[in-house]
Amino acid sequence: MAMTEAEILAGLGEIIDEVAGVPADQVTPEKTFVDDLDIDSLSMVEIAVAAQDKFGVEIPDDQLKDLKTVQDVVNYVKRSEVSA
Amino acid sequence: MRVTQGRAGARILAFGGYQPARVVTNDELSQAMDTNDEWIQARVGIASRRVAGPDESLADMAAAAGGKALAGSGLSPEDIDLVIVATCTPEAPIPNTAATVARRLGIMAPGAYDLNAACAGFCYALAAASDSVRAGTATNVLVIGAEKLSQWVDWTDRSTAIIFADGAGAAVVSPLADEDDESGIGPVVWGSDGDMADKIVISDRNSFIHQEGQAVFRWATTALHPVAKEACRRAGVDPSELTAFIPHQANLRIIESIARRLGAPQAIVADDIVTAGNTSSASIPLALSRMAERGELPSGSPALLLGFGAGICYAAQVITVP
Repeated sequence: MAMTEAEILAGLGEIIDEVAGVPADQVTPEKTFVDDLDIDSLSMVEIAVAAQDKFGVEIPDDQLKDLKTVQDVVNYVKRSEVSA
Repeated sequence: MRVTQGRAGARILAFGGYQPARVVTNDELSQAMDTNDEWIQARVGIASRRVAGPDESLADMAAAAGGKALAGSGLSPEDIDLVIVATCTPEAPIPNTAATVARRLGIMAPGAYDLNAACAGFCYALAAASDSVRAGTATNVLVIGAEKLSQWVDWTDRSTAIIFADGAGAAVVSPLADEDDESGIGPVVWGSDGDMADKIVISDRNSFIHQEGQAVFRWATTALHPVAKEACRRAGVDPSELTAFIPHQANLRIIESIARRLGAPQAIVADDIVTAGNTSSASIPLALSRMAERGELPSGSPALLLGFGAGICYAAQVITVP
């Protein structure tokens, strides 16, 4: 069964906390990775890999570069789950 | 057909390391290209690296490290019957570095070969040395990892100039002391992924080194922790028993990522890259020699080595700290 947006956001918060040390409660949908959360492209790769483990959704490098905000990733995971 | 008499096991007696004198800081690089100290330290974890002098050859560096390991082992040059140099940056295809280094160190007519598995080279060479000792084709082996990457770097290319550096490290491999000696060199877990062959290249002798950093990062942070765990399993050592983890010093972020997944919270994790840069096949033995000098490696304890790099080639084994 597909996850709700809230569940995806919570899962993403856990991942970002583990990978980048940003507390999960600071991971809110409108925030940008680079400017708001200080997360660079290498950490984005780790987040993508962890997201694959957690949500079963693959995010290749060429898609990853277009995901600028937390909501972008949530949307990507939601879209991929629906079509799975 | 007769065959050689085998031995029960092999062990490392001593390490040695060598870094060229010339230090290149991030600030110096920032004057030649658009980068800065903070970005380099955050991105790759390097504060400074060493570059060979204008008249300093690969063989010079390899012999310096090899000489220190030999001195630390308590053996004489006459005791060494095999020299292996892991390198992917020889100045010339022939003669090989190993034969030159042997002569420099007064080692008489040993078997001598160079081995190219890029940044996995030292772990491959260590496995080969251990196998030779156990098979009885050699008794005492001098294993060296040495690189002069600076001669292949485009010093205007920010993506590589901040990373690659020069240096050498070495180990002496010998038979076990006696039948009660429980130390050793664990079974190697090695492999390759030829699909990734185009990710780290020096195309020909007129080319610079190029790598697709992001693709390598993704591969390294996903494919290697199972290899590391398998090397532990084959050695009969649980990751929680490791006192040290020495991965190839490619990038501090990769090192931290693999270490997080290893399950070895007690292990000191090598971060030699901070003041050495990425020295390919030299990085693991150089890190080991410096950690040993600082007393960070408890004698008789298990340490995990993990090499990986261009090819992509990788190899891992557990060793007993001498």
